[in-house]
Amino acid sequence: MSAKPYIRPRSTTGWWLEQSRYVRYMAREASCIFIGAYAGILAVGLLRLSQGAEAWAGFLEALQSSASIVFHLLALVFALYHTTTWFNVTPKAMPLQIGDARLPGEAIIAAHYAGWALVSAALLYLAGV
Amino acid sequence: MTRSHKPIVWSLFAAGGTYAAFFAPVLILVTGLAVTLGLLPADALSYERILGFARHPIGKAFLFFTVFLLAWHSAHRLRITAHDFGLRADGLVMAACYGLAALGSVVAAVALLRM
Amino acid sequence: MSERQVELEILRYDPDKDREPRFQAYRVPCPEDWVVLDAINYVKDRLDRTLSYRWSCHMAVCGSCGMMINGEPKLSCKTFLRDQPDRIRIEPLASFPIERDLVVVMGDFMNKLGRVKPYLVPAEKKAVEDGSYLQSPGQLKKFKQYTLCINCALCYAACPQYALNPGFIGPAALALAHRYNSDSRDVGRTARADVVASNEGIWECSFVGACSEVCPEHVDPAAAIQQTKIASTIDYFKDLLLPGRKG
Repeated sequence: MSAKPYIRPRSTTGWWLEQSRYVRYMAREASCIFIGAYAGILAVGLLRLSQGAEAWAGFLEALQSSASIVFHLLALVFALYHTTTWFNVTPKAMPLQIGDARLPGEAIIAAHYAGWALVSAALLYLAGV
Repeated sequence: MTRSHKPIVWSLFAAGGTYAAFFAPVLILVTGLAVTLGLLPADALSYERILGFARHPIGKAFLFFTVFLLAWHSAHRLRITAHDFGLRADGLVMAACYGLAALGSVVAAVALLRM
Repeated sequence: MSERQVELEILRYDPDKDREPRFQAYRVPCPEDWVVLDAINYVKDRLDRTLSYRWSCHMAVCGSCGMMINGEPKLSCKTFLRDQPDRIRIEPLASFPIERDLVVVMGDFMNKLGRVKPYLVPAEKKAVEDGSYLQSPGQLKKFKQYTLCINCALCYAACPQYALNPGFIGPAALALAHRYNSDSRDVGRTARADVVASNEGIWECSFVGACSEVCPEHVDPAAAIQQTKIASTIDYFKDLLLPGRKG
């Protein structure tokens, strides 16, 4: 029988600062802000594209601004962090077992990176790099 | 306890997350940095070239699903992150996050259909 | 054997006397092969008989001695002093109410283990005379790691979602459900889904992964939960598109 159990207070906003693993988790989660904003930029770009050559030129010019460059650099960093954290946990979410042998997680992750490299190279080629 | 309806948004989150993992870095590079960095000539993003791509059925689908998947993945993750930061008004957060994703999806769809 | 002076800062709480917990320091001479539990036992034996804490096997199989050691949920019998600094902060397991000193109230944890129907719901009811259920090594491998849980609750102490929402069913309970759902002899997944697939079940998890990092038995509850999310999502859409199907 609990005489007077004591419940320790915990910060609901700052709890993640207590451990480095929580900070890394928050960084991973924060990637959505940049990926979401990027999706928004793409949507606006499509809107400008549909509005004609002048609107599109204005959009391209805005993309060259320093604010845009800084944003895209940060977005690239966070997108890459999302990629690595996503691939790293794929073997946990989808373990592959053949018979009574489980495929090593490293193999699954390596295959994902290979696919990612292929997709990136293909898109870069198609874009004209 | 009743079964949750989270699978609906979660499947979008998972699909979008997988898509983002493979496509987001290179897309950000190509659309936002490549021209400035000199990796691409300026006319790679010219009106005629991109419009041609957006008019093609494959290009249209690719562009729509890129916006759609990235938006819904980010929206769900943002909802969870708001909760992690102590924001408890989940109804409001849901409306804001999914509302933004819906808006982005609609803008992209309408724009693409008009081209 | 050389001895090292270690200072333990232990969070004390006497429900009859204290309004809130406070730290108390003890200096303990420690042989280099000691674990934190040995140092705590020294305190109780030689320095302060009033110290209360749980322990039993001293070999990381009973799950009794979980506590926060320098802010990390660990089994005190598996935490070697040679890996720790000279000052060690020891607190009761996080996210649980403190009963007294290092003893926490485990009721919520025990309750949640029970709510996921942690028993075999067999596909075929077999009488003992009909022999045992057959299972291949491959079928065993699918769920074996999830049987290894020693109910130490370190995962609950590590999980920020449980800290933010004590209604969360939690890693160990969900890993236990997955153990049965993945067992070829079991058909209880639908029956468990009311709890497992609820908002307080797998859907409260945001895949921080801290639970799996601190688990002393490498059960990997985070993996169990993510696999359950995928299975539940497939079930959900199957139920939506094919109403009235058999589970």
